[in-house]
Amino acid sequence: MLELIELFLTFAKIGMFTFGGGYAMISIIDNICVEEKKWITEDEMMNITVISQSTPGPVAINCSTFVGYKRRGFIGAIFATVGVIVPSFIMIYLLSMFFSKFLELSWVSNAFSGIKIAVGILILDAGVKMLKQMEKNKMTIAIATISLILMVVSNVFVFNVSVTLLMALSSIFGLVMFIIKKHQKGM
Amino acid sequence: MIYLELFIGFLKVGLFSFGGGYAAIPVIRDVINHYGWMNEDMLTYMIAVSESTPGPIMVNLATYAGSTQAGIIGAAVATFAVVLPAFIMIVVAVAIMEKFIDNDYVQAVLQGLIPCIAATIAATGIYSIINLCIVKNQKYMPDYKMMILTIILGTIYFGSRKFVKKGLSPIGLIALSAVVGAIFL
Repeated sequence: MLELIELFLTFAKIGMFTFGGGYAMISIIDNICVEEKKWITEDEMMNITVISQSTPGPVAINCSTFVGYKRRGFIGAIFATVGVIVPSFIMIYLLSMFFSKFLELSWVSNAFSGIKIAVGILILDAGVKMLKQMEKNKMTIAIATISLILMVVSNVFVFNVSVTLLMALSSIFGLVMFIIKKHQKGM
Repeated sequence: MIYLELFIGFLKVGLFSFGGGYAAIPVIRDVINHYGWMNEDMLTYMIAVSESTPGPIMVNLATYAGSTQAGIIGAAVATFAVVLPAFIMIVVAVAIMEKFIDNDYVQAVLQGLIPCIAATIAATGIYSIINLCIVKNQKYMPDYKMMILTIILGTIYFGSRKFVKKGLSPIGLIALSAVVGAIFL
């Protein structure tokens, strides 16, 4: 029971700081669940990131469900997921009642602009960390380099590259390379 | 019945929002327009608000649409519906993953997938920083103030790890940048 409450409270804290969609929260979850609490390992964190990206739903929700499930099964998953939602639920509910007044305060909107900088830095941090940890060989480095350049260039020059398509192609490429290698060994 | 509509509408959003975040916006727009829960102006405004408040965009929009349509119960129903598919999907994925993670073919797919995802995340970080340092609506005009603040905050965050054992935590960085934003922007 104690650990369930700890899961709930920890993810409520994480939920309070999930600004801007969710990638930034990968850094926060990594910091708290891997380094501080040692609930999951670095490898598991990498798996969570991959699963989150290839299943529907926000990364924040996916991560909390995963960690909760790993620690305490189905009930743990519920506690962690509800925990991560509660802060934003309360905040948006209150906003829906007093909406415009809040963001009209200039210092509030300036603070939020400041947070956007932190979000950018944290996302970059999460990506770089993952790049450092991945197994490195010619293929993985090639895929990472091509994806990175494609995504940055497409966004700066405003044309659309589908992330889902890119992910599918990378998976197929990994699989094909493996099968080719296996055949070469077989002969 | 409004609760049922909210439930079905946001279940759809939750189900078809791979990768989360901005990828979900077209689906959200489609559902919200279909039921007429918000007009286009309100939706654009809400997306901006969701970006600057905690919580994933689609969850925030579900809470907001539910609340304005049917009060706190509506908010709860919509939020529950938008989260449900992700929740079930992960529980199933973990169960499957444990069995198949050591399989050679699964490992082969991961070998291709991991670098792509890592690069996508790093790229998102890079271009969100680039976008912040450019004046909006004016092509390629640098915003020097934001640029200087970004460099300072980045140096503090990455540099603090070199000197202090644990360095500045991500939550610490968010708090610091909120204060910096309120004072200097």
